[in-house]
Formats: sequence, structure tokens, C-alpha cells
Amino acid sequence: MQPILTMENITKRFPGVIANDGVNFDLQAGEIHALVGENGAGKSTLMNVLFGLYQPEEGKIAYKGEELIINEPTQAIKLGIGMVHQHFKLVQPLTVTENIILGSEPTLGIKINKEKALKDVDELSKKYGLIIDPKAKIENITVGMQQRVEILKTLYRGADIIILDEPTAVLTPQEVKELFAILKGLTDQGKSIIFITHKLNEVMEIADRATVMRRGKTIGTVSTKETSPTQLAEMMVGRQVLLRVEKQEAKLGKEVLKVEGVSGNDDRNLQVVDNVSLSIRAGEILGIAGVEGNGQSELIEILTGLRKPTSGDIYLNDKKITGLTAREIKNSHVGYIPEDRHKRGLILDFSISENAILGIHQRKPFAKGMQLNLSEIKKHADNLIEKYDIRTPNREVHARNLSGGNQQKIIIARELEIDPVLIIASQPTRGVDIGAIEFIHKQIIEARDEGKAVLLVSAELQEILSLSDRIAVIYEGEIVDIIDAKEATEEKLGLLMAGVRN
Amino acid sequence: MKRQKLYDNLRELMIPLGAITLGLLVGAVIILMTGANPIEAYKALFIGAFGDVNKFANTLARSTPLIFTGLAVAFAFRCGLFNIGVEGQMFVGALAAAYVGANFEGLPKIIHLPMAILAAMIAGGFWAAIPGILKAKRGVHEVINTIMMNFIAYAFIGYMVSDVLRAPGQTPRTVGVLPSAQLVRLGELVGWSTSRLSIGFLIGLLVCGIIYYLLWKTTIGYEVRSVGLSPMAAEYGGVNSSQKIILAMIISGALGGLAGAERVLGFDRALILGFSPGFGFEGIAVALLGKNHPLGIIFGALLFGALSNGGAWMNFTTNVPVDLIVVLQAVIIFFVAADQIIRRIFSKNKKEWGAV
Repeated sequence: MQPILTMENITKRFPGVIANDGVNFDLQAGEIHALVGENGAGKSTLMNVLFGLYQPEEGKIAYKGEELIINEPTQAIKLGIGMVHQHFKLVQPLTVTENIILGSEPTLGIKINKEKALKDVDELSKKYGLIIDPKAKIENITVGMQQRVEILKTLYRGADIIILDEPTAVLTPQEVKELFAILKGLTDQGKSIIFITHKLNEVMEIADRATVMRRGKTIGTVSTKETSPTQLAEMMVGRQVLLRVEKQEAKLGKEVLKVEGVSGNDDRNLQVVDNVSLSIRAGEILGIAGVEGNGQSELIEILTGLRKPTSGDIYLNDKKITGLTAREIKNSHVGYIPEDRHKRGLILDFSISENAILGIHQRKPFAKGMQLNLSEIKKHADNLIEKYDIRTPNREVHARNLSGGNQQKIIIARELEIDPVLIIASQPTRGVDIGAIEFIHKQIIEARDEGKAVLLVSAELQEILSLSDRIAVIYEGEIVDIIDAKEATEEKLGLLMAGVRN
Repeated sequence: MKRQKLYDNLRELMIPLGAITLGLLVGAVIILMTGANPIEAYKALFIGAFGDVNKFANTLARSTPLIFTGLAVAFAFRCGLFNIGVEGQMFVGALAAAYVGANFEGLPKIIHLPMAILAAMIAGGFWAAIPGILKAKRGVHEVINTIMMNFIAYAFIGYMVSDVLRAPGQTPRTVGVLPSAQLVRLGELVGWSTSRLSIGFLIGLLVCGIIYYLLWKTTIGYEVRSVGLSPMAAEYGGVNSSQKIILAMIISGALGGLAGAERVLGFDRALILGFSPGFGFEGIAVALLGKNHPLGIIFGALLFGALSNGGAWMNFTTNVPVDLIVVLQAVIIFFVAADQIIRRIFSKNKKEWGAV
């Protein structure tokens, strides 16, 4: 069968980087085609070429049997190519309908024909089974609903090919299921879908074929019926990868962290942490599962001294630490891997050496009184680089110039080396490639086996399930339930994450 | 690793050098348009700045306050603060130096001179602390407040010099500084020089060294720079940002005060009302040109001093107007700033590739 789209031998260079190096990609009508690869593999560049944002130096694009050059996104849209970005591009205070018609409004004289707009949107949503409330404001609907609006937007503009960039990153497991059903429905009606992801189990579940990219090149295209996650991972990374985390039975020690009835507010002073109580023992990993934005971030900031609780108490090894400053808490041996390494965990324009002492810079041996002990700092940095396999030309390189995985390794190295009794790890593998994920998971398990208490917050259910000994589910700032990891399944957690109690 | 660092530093140096070259080229075109000979004009500019020992000494003397004001701007900037108020901090520093310098007769120099300098630093630091505290505790933007503090300083010093502390005579100026509080001038050391270059210049170089040490070899500098680059990461690292903001403003203001002290105790030996052609604002340009680095600031200050003194000579010996110097300065600053614009675009692109 003739493919609807072929991209042949696409090469796109940036100064110093070949982002796409002779990439081949083809899409059949009515298929879901996964585009997988690690960060920096060139997936987004390829899609930006297709969408007309970049012009390739070499290569041909043929669409519906016709060879053409796509100069700009508006042309791509006219051709019937639609893109749903990872971060939605919606106007929050406008309604669903207004967002969908934005840019191609049906008019009545100089006025917008609101009735026609409503009717069109309603018909479209019924036709493709994308159920939405056309009059609701974007700011009042869930993320899953917002994603439907984005998909409807592309359909409204007559898309035959829909590109979805990491669409499941922001969804609950139930929402993912609904999304997949919608995607199947779309392909049944002849639409073709390009699905960018790095989650291999999703590839296996939803895609017909998968094209794997690595370092700007296509490694191959495989049918999902004839492949396995292990094989895909190997293609992505270029070597064998351990997908399952191996760990032994937890050897529990005494209680290290006790949180009692802690509540707190967000930056807008709205209560987002609601009477949270939990406890972690030495040698145990407690995972906090939850859809992002349910108070996890604020809870962690309260525990690490970056945010003041409005009520409740926190004990570390039976000592009250409520209301202590971030420095005092770090000094009581709490290692903290923050969720946003660019904003919190690292100073991007500091060298690796300087970043390796952030938070412990005023301590011996790094400081003597007011003076920094530069030779000790350098020694420390070299030590971390070696021990944690941080890939860098030298310790003077600015953190900005390292890959996400290596940046994260600096933070993990720094926080594990302070000899913590408690490690708080928030999204420790976000935006990190598979090789580094494997390494980071191993480090966390090792820390637990050494008898440290670990609090793990992650939006990745797989990560929570494979690392945790117990799992607490948070919903709208409340801990809905705490269950043993052995009894946890994705379905069970998914229901809890949506706030459904037993 | 050393070689890499040397290479990086050289590349950093290329930008201001390139900007100066481009500035001179644009200036040459403008001189041509006025009908003069650019080579002649630039020759006069160079001779005026470095032609003989006296001219060279005068160039150093003109650069001295710019070293202090450049450092003041740069130090605040390293903490993420844009201190536009160095001019005002310099004025109150000058007033304090003039008052202490003209009084306390009978003190030995070893006490009187440091006392006058210290008074200037405290006054400048105090003046900068006000917007610093407002920024740290109330989030009021320091740009607005430092500008406002400038106006208060102008009015206050204007009143003090032309009324309360005024010395008899035509020009509004304070009573001369006592010998025990004076900075030694080159003209006083050697018979053949008339230059008013004082050891304030050497103090400037010394202070550059101290600031360098403070910024890169101490925990205070580490924390100040971390707040400047990433306030949230600094907070994560246990740094008390608001404390560091206030401290950085005080140090910045004290450096501004030093600029005033050097003028009053060394160059003019009194506070003359119109002593500053805008040293505090030129300091912003010097800091920009010197990439907020003490070593760069020395060169930036020398360049501006040379342009200013050489320009006067050029105006005197050729028919090129002195205003050209302002054009030259502006073009150089433009190219230095434009480079950062280009770089920002560049690094933004790189970020996008990172997300590929």
C-alpha cells in the first residue's frame, strides 16, 4: 500500500550538531506509528521539519504521493498535518469552542458566527467520540479534557495526520486508556497518527509500528506485533538494558520520618496540602503516587524547609524539624533531589565543582571560616565525577552544557554524599535517558539497602511500582490511601489517583 | 583543562576588542562625513590620552573613579541587582569624605585619612542599603528606588555644598580637605608632573583584587553569585537571599562611596558641586564592557578614561567635535550589548536542540 507520508533521507544540521542524519520515516494511512528515542535523539527535530518549522538541508518529503517542500506551519496545517504539543497551547480564559476555532473562525460579516462554531464543534466531537463541553472554559476543565480540545483543534483544521508529542505524560492511567480509545477511533475513520513517546509499554499497547531513533539516525522501523519492549529499549540505547529493577526484601529499621497532620498552601495561598500523615522507616522506600499538581510539590517543599506548613508537625529521628530552614534540615542529613533540576537543583551557569557543593558550601572541608577551600572542592568534584560516572570533559564545565542525565547525576551524587538518613527524591528520572534512569534507580535502591529512608515522588507509575516498598496515593492534597507495593497494581493506583476511595 | 580555560578567556576577550574596533570604524565613517581626516583625529585622540607621562597620568586619573563605580555596578549585578544609584551613592560618599576630611584637625594622617575613606564607604553603603532592604523585604524593584535615591542625593548634596558647608568664593564648593586626610598626588611626589593622579588609582587596583577574592574565593561570594544566577537554586542550597541582596547593595554602595572619596580626598581636595560628569552612570557602561569582572573593569575604565581625555585633545587640535567621543562610547557599548543579544539567541537555540 502506498504510504500517506514518506520522509526520505532527512538531514538537518545545527551549528555543531547533526540533529537528523539521513532519517527515513513513513506513515501508512490509518495507522498509529510510534516515534521513539531518548531525549536528544532527534524526534522533535524530525517532527518540526514535517511541520514546517525547520527546513532540512537534505532529503525529500512526499505527502499523499506528491513531493513537496513545507515552508511554514500554516502550510502544514493546510495540507492536513496537525500537531498536539506536549505543553498545550490553549488560551485559559476562553471557552473550548473559542479555542478550537481560534485562527480559523467562521464569520458572519465582521462578527464571529458563534452558532455555527458551536454546531461545528459539537458535530466534530460527536463524530470522533471526543466528548467535551463546548461552552466550558479551558481553565476549568481537566488536563485530559484540554488534550481532547487540542486534538479537536487539529481535526477542525482538517488534519489527516495528527502528531502527538508525549501525550500521556500529563494524564492519569484512566485518562491514558480513554486517550488510547480515542486514538483507535480516529484511525478507524482513516486518520493517521504519529505518537512520540519514550514509554515502551505504551508503544506496545497502542502503536501498529514503531520507528526508533538514536543520535539523529533511524535505527529501524518494526511492527509492534513482532517486537518486545526489551528489543525496543536495546534499539534506543544501543546496548542491553535492564528494564526491571531488581531489589531484595526491605530490611526495615526504626522510624526515620514522621509527618503528622501537615497542611500547607501554594504560592497563591490556596490550601493544597491537606492534613497529610505518613511515616517512613530506615531501609524503606515510600512512593507517593499522584497526578501532577495534587500537592506533591508543596508537600516536598514543606518537608525540606522551603515552604512553611500552616499546621502539623514533622519529626526526623524523633526530633521535631517543623519550621526549620532549608539549611538546618539539610544539616540534619536530609538529602533532597528536587523535581526541577534547572530551577532548584543546579545553578546552570556554575561549574560542576561549584554545583557539587551547593547547600554544603559553608561546611568543612569546603570552607574555612569565610574562605572557600578550592582544592578540597576540586577534589570533591573529581571524586563525584568518577564515582557517579558523570560524563564531562572536566569539572570546570558549566552544568548548562551537560545532558539531562549527567545534570541529574550531579545532584544525586551531591545529595547521596552528604551521608543522608533520609533521601527525598522528587521526579528523579524526569527527562533523563534510559541509561541514566537505570543508574539512578540502582543508586536509590542501594541507598535503601544501606538503611536510609527514601521518600520517592514520581509521576511515572512504573517507577513508583518498581521502586517502592509502600505506596501512598495523593489526591487534591490528601493522602487517599497507603498500600503495600506488593498489592498495588496500575489499575488500583489509577483509581486512587483519580480520588476514588475503596 | 588549563589550556581550555585560557582559550575560553581569550574568546571572552575577543568580544570587547571586536566591539572597540567596530566602534572605531563606525567613528571613522562619521569623522569622514564631517569632512575631517579620521587618521589625524584618532592620532590626536591617542596622543591626548597617552602622548606623554602627564597625559597618561591624567588618563589614569580620569579612569580612577570609573574603576570604583564599575566595580560597584558589577558587584550588585553579580547578585542579580541593577544598581543605577551608584552616582547618588558616590555623592553621599563624597560629602562624608569632604566633611570628615575638612574637620578633626590635629589627627595624624594614619588615622584621619582612613577615617575619611571609611566615612565615605559607610555613607555610600547606607544610601544603597535603603533600596536593598526595600528590595529584599518588600520586593520593590531596585532600579526605581536607586534612581529615586539619586535625586534625593543630588538635592541634598546641592543644598549642603552651596549652603551649609560652602566655602567662601564664586563656585559652590566645600572647605578644602586638611592635609592629614589627603591622598598623595603624583604631582607632589615628582617635581616635573602636574598631574592630579593620586594613589587613589592604586587603591582602585587593590580593591579590584579584593572584590575578585570576595566573589570567587569566599562563601559570601559563592552565595551572592548563586542568588544572582538562580534565586530558587540558592534558596534550595540554604542561602538566605534577602540577606545577600542587602549585603550586595551595601558593598556596591560602599564602592560607590569610595569613588566619591577618591575625588574629594585626592583629585579635587574638596567637594566641588559639579565634580562628576556622571561617573556613576559611566560605571554601568564600564561594568558592561568589563563583563562584570574586576580585571575587565580595569580595562573598561582605562578605555573610557582614555576616550574622555583623548577626546578633549582631539577637539583642541583637530576640528572634530568632542561629541564624537560620546558616539564612540555609545557604539562600543552597542556592540558589546548586541553581542549579548546574539549570544542569547544562540543559547536559546541550543536549548531547543537539547529538547530534540
